[in-house]
Amino acid sequence: MSEHTCGCSKNPYLPEVATVLEVITESPTIKSFRVRFDNEEAWERFTYRPGQVGQLSVFGVGESTFVINTPPSCREYIQFSVMRAGEVTSAIHKLHPGDQVGVRAPLGNSFPCEQWKGKNIVFVGGGIGMAPIRTIMLHVMEHASDYGKLSLLYGAKSPEDMAYKADLPAWLESDVLHTTLTIDREAPNWPHRVGMIPTVLKELAPSPDNSIAVLCGPPIMIKFTLAAFRELGFKDENIVTTLERRMKCGIGICGRCNLGGKYVCLDGPVFTQAQLNELPPEM
Amino acid sequence: MSSLLFATPAELTAWLAGLASGQRVLVPCQEGPSVVYRPRTAEQLSAAGVNALLRRSTSSPKQAVLPQCETLVAFKSVKDEQDPSKVTTTVENPCKAEPTVLFGCRPCDARGFVVLDRPYLHGPFKDPYYGARREATTIVTQACPSVFATCFCHWVGSHPADGEGSDILFTAVEGGFVLDILTEKGKALVEGAAFADGSDKAEAVAAAHKATAEALAPAPNLSEAAAKIAARFTDTAFWTRETVKCLSCGACTYLCPTCQCFTITDEGSQLNGRRLRSWDSCMTPLFTLETSGHNPRPDKSQRMRNRVSHKFSFYPERYDGFFSCVGCGRCVISCPVSLDIRHMVTAAMEGMEGKKPAEAPAAPAEKTAETPKAPADAPAAPKTPAKSKSKKR
Repeated sequence: MSEHTCGCSKNPYLPEVATVLEVITESPTIKSFRVRFDNEEAWERFTYRPGQVGQLSVFGVGESTFVINTPPSCREYIQFSVMRAGEVTSAIHKLHPGDQVGVRAPLGNSFPCEQWKGKNIVFVGGGIGMAPIRTIMLHVMEHASDYGKLSLLYGAKSPEDMAYKADLPAWLESDVLHTTLTIDREAPNWPHRVGMIPTVLKELAPSPDNSIAVLCGPPIMIKFTLAAFRELGFKDENIVTTLERRMKCGIGICGRCNLGGKYVCLDGPVFTQAQLNELPPEM
Repeated sequence: MSSLLFATPAELTAWLAGLASGQRVLVPCQEGPSVVYRPRTAEQLSAAGVNALLRRSTSSPKQAVLPQCETLVAFKSVKDEQDPSKVTTTVENPCKAEPTVLFGCRPCDARGFVVLDRPYLHGPFKDPYYGARREATTIVTQACPSVFATCFCHWVGSHPADGEGSDILFTAVEGGFVLDILTEKGKALVEGAAFADGSDKAEAVAAAHKATAEALAPAPNLSEAAAKIAARFTDTAFWTRETVKCLSCGACTYLCPTCQCFTITDEGSQLNGRRLRSWDSCMTPLFTLETSGHNPRPDKSQRMRNRVSHKFSFYPERYDGFFSCVGCGRCVISCPVSLDIRHMVTAAMEGMEGKKPAEAPAAPAEKTAETPKAPADAPAAPKTPAKSKSKKR
């Protein structure tokens, strides 16, 4: 549940005007946008927890929901990674540094990382699903001494489709994170793994003991990776994922993103598999 | 608080006309074949016969507080004169809630606002547009003088003289109307009105309420509806069968006093544009269609399942067991193919009574006395399409 308790007079529909500071081309279809509120006072007040999302808008085109994929410690900007797919994301992809956008954030719940202290964490990101993993992983890495072994399995279709290329060297060389990269099919000069995420995961065979699995990615990847984690002995309450649905208001009113009695925008997007088992099967 | 006043028909319309000089007065008006809420001026109200203001509206009065379309955000960008490469964008909320009197609601309609208040005002985020209009609106409700065959407020915890959600509840009695002042807002509205004391009419009011309530057919027990309808969720064949006639037109949702769904769209450009909120309907396939092409509810049976489940299972699960249906019957009257939510609810429950598996899969059970006119399970509903649908994931 979001902690926003509206005793305040803030209008949840009114976006903060923000300026694009930097645009990073991550892959042929993914760009990352670093933005900062124009109103310095609002920016100073702005806090969020890893996993929370925001509504990013191009004025005159519309809003779409994206996870904030910078860790909360980053005070210079917040970053959204956007895959070009529809009307709003196409307009976002045309943005340049200096352009103004609207941001409504933070929305939704967050990863329960306080409860993970002392545990090993296996992060698995597939394609654009690496975005929510990035925020929680960087946050946990900043507090690595509070946690057990940290590992990342990140897969994409091809080397070009792999986002966050600027981060990869640091992740591969990190002392606190064991990183495995994989692509679906062989590619020239690819020094890492080749194979689908569930297959590679089973080869890596992380132990379920005292461990949390955090996975995000396209539905088909989630389906088979979930099965792989279960096969490895992970319990559903220790498997954490994020859901996506079409959203509009982002605050649990417009009625669109419900899964049974839960609103993904408000009660999610982060759910454990055990919680999802309790909800109607309507994915 | 509760106190009774008595007004003759002429006094009532004169009072309304007086109110119209300082605020928006919405009353039910006949327009073509429909009765809809419209603002009326003092002149129009004083000229109107009282009976013209007592008709039940075809569409719900929820638009008094939640307009069908409104501007949430107005935005504008202006070039910096010193540095033309820079623009400054400003956003503002243009909502101005007008003081409003909503006259002639029925108890179900007034209760509809209480249902809407829970998501709009009592969640972790408060909707300031809805909140401002709600605050500025005083609701004057007419206790139902008679019932329609489609009325089922008594199924969902209400009755034809329910004051929940109303500021004033008035009842027709011999020679005029007795106004029961229920809230401070209601009290403010009758301040200075030349109404007689009505406390001696309490018995006549009670008798009128009793007579209307007795005209309703017995209601089924819906205390286990939430759990039973939730248990029905995976019975694809049931929902397919119940929805086979549905045209996905959305009339049920647009006329509903409790349907809360909306969409947000932009209009204009960054230089000068608006972000709009418009009513939306969970009965259309576009409602949940994602950019990727994936749709969690591609079939009309899944959308109907969501509508019925939201009202009788998901909403109660979220909000202390209250239904998101006030039993006004508009979706039943106005459905072009005569689908009946009463039938769907009772049929969904009937299959879930813990009978032996052999008896369990209920055929679309014939409704009994409660829905004398319900044509929902016309013999047209074929049993076969269930098969192909059950393969859907």
